[in-house]
Amino acid sequence: MHSPFVISQNDPRPLYQQVKDQLRHRVAIGVLKPGDEIPSIRQLAADIRVSVITIKRAYLELEMEGVIQTRQGRGSFVSDNAQLGDTMKEQELEGHLRSAVQTALLMNLSEDELIERLREVRRKDPQGRS
Amino acid sequence: MTHDPSQAFSLRGVSKAFRYFRLEDLNLELPLGQIMGLVGPNGAGKSTTIRLLMGLIAPEAGTIEVLGHHVPDEVAAAKAGIAFVSDDMRLFGGATLAWHMRFVASIYPEWDESYARMLLKHFNLRAEQGMRGMSRGEQIKALLLLALARRPRLLILDEPTSGLDPVARHELLSELMQIVRDDSRSILFSSHNTQDVERISDQIAFIDRGRLVDARDKESFLERWRRISLDVPAGVTLPRFKDTVDLTLGERLATLTTDRYEPALHGLLEASGARVTDVQRMSLEEIFVASVMRSRAEVQS
Repeated sequence: MHSPFVISQNDPRPLYQQVKDQLRHRVAIGVLKPGDEIPSIRQLAADIRVSVITIKRAYLELEMEGVIQTRQGRGSFVSDNAQLGDTMKEQELEGHLRSAVQTALLMNLSEDELIERLREVRRKDPQGRS
Repeated sequence: MTHDPSQAFSLRGVSKAFRYFRLEDLNLELPLGQIMGLVGPNGAGKSTTIRLLMGLIAPEAGTIEVLGHHVPDEVAAAKAGIAFVSDDMRLFGGATLAWHMRFVASIYPEWDESYARMLLKHFNLRAEQGMRGMSRGEQIKALLLLALARRPRLLILDEPTSGLDPVARHELLSELMQIVRDDSRSILFSSHNTQDVERISDQIAFIDRGRLVDARDKESFLERWRRISLDVPAGVTLPRFKDTVDLTLGERLATLTTDRYEPALHGLLEASGARVTDVQRMSLEEIFVASVMRSRAEVQS
């Protein structure tokens, strides 16, 4: 993989999640394309100095989410799904929205208040005005 | 005889008493191809565990197997595949590092000279330098070089990073991860540095006052622990969970620490009338301190 992973122990996300997010991001922006081979678990673990079991967990979850496929004895590859890039962005957005909803619930915001806050953020964004 | 080829080592029901210290009923095993971090306060029994594995002392009860050999009975066969470094080891002050490299190479047929040359560069060491002229950090790096270049099947390191500067520590962690690219090589290291352990270990074992407090794979270790912040209005009583490790109650606010976290816990807590305001993951260091405190409280009660 040409672009380096940045793994930090000061990041609030657990290590396996950082690995997942960065692989997912590479697929989302097309740096990794369907069918591309990704490093073996032990290779990536050595490259970024993170335990084998952590990389194993990240790969397993990405496999269950359909992002990658592991072929016995041949390695791991980005799934052969042409829509993948868009699906990735969908999932990324879905994740952000879900955490916004959770935070709003903790803050006791009503559904309308949450939607109004989202509109406000969009209005303030230089590219969001329409 | 239960020779298990899938384990780098196993200790079963191992006990050993000293005058002021007792290691009790220790059960621990490391699958091949994995790294285990052994974490414990000073005097917890980490070095005793390592000395038992090395066959330097014999257990009073229990069985020990290392690389498929019974220890201490077959310790010579086991030791051919083990390399061990501790920070209280000393090399010959009057000899150079190159002399030590030739000496180790003459004993161990697996010695890898080109790897040794590479490690010299990575660790920023000079082969022609005498040991006496080396700083403590350089001596530790020299010991690590001599151990790594033997290409051991089991590498045992007692506090390997404690005398190293941050750059050398980074180099060492990189080398350790290179070793387990080969899924038949394994590493056991003891450390106070929970950050290093959290980053590179597959298995984690906590030990305190001669007892194993907890041991499991790192991912499930970290996944089980959470600190939950709660808003508890007046008149609300929190339900009791047996998996509560710690509950700190203040005015309206409570913090619950659990080692059996699951999302369903939220529902149970909120059903009592409390409100979950935050759920935090815990660092290995925080988990370690909480485990040891609980273990000590259990022993005393």
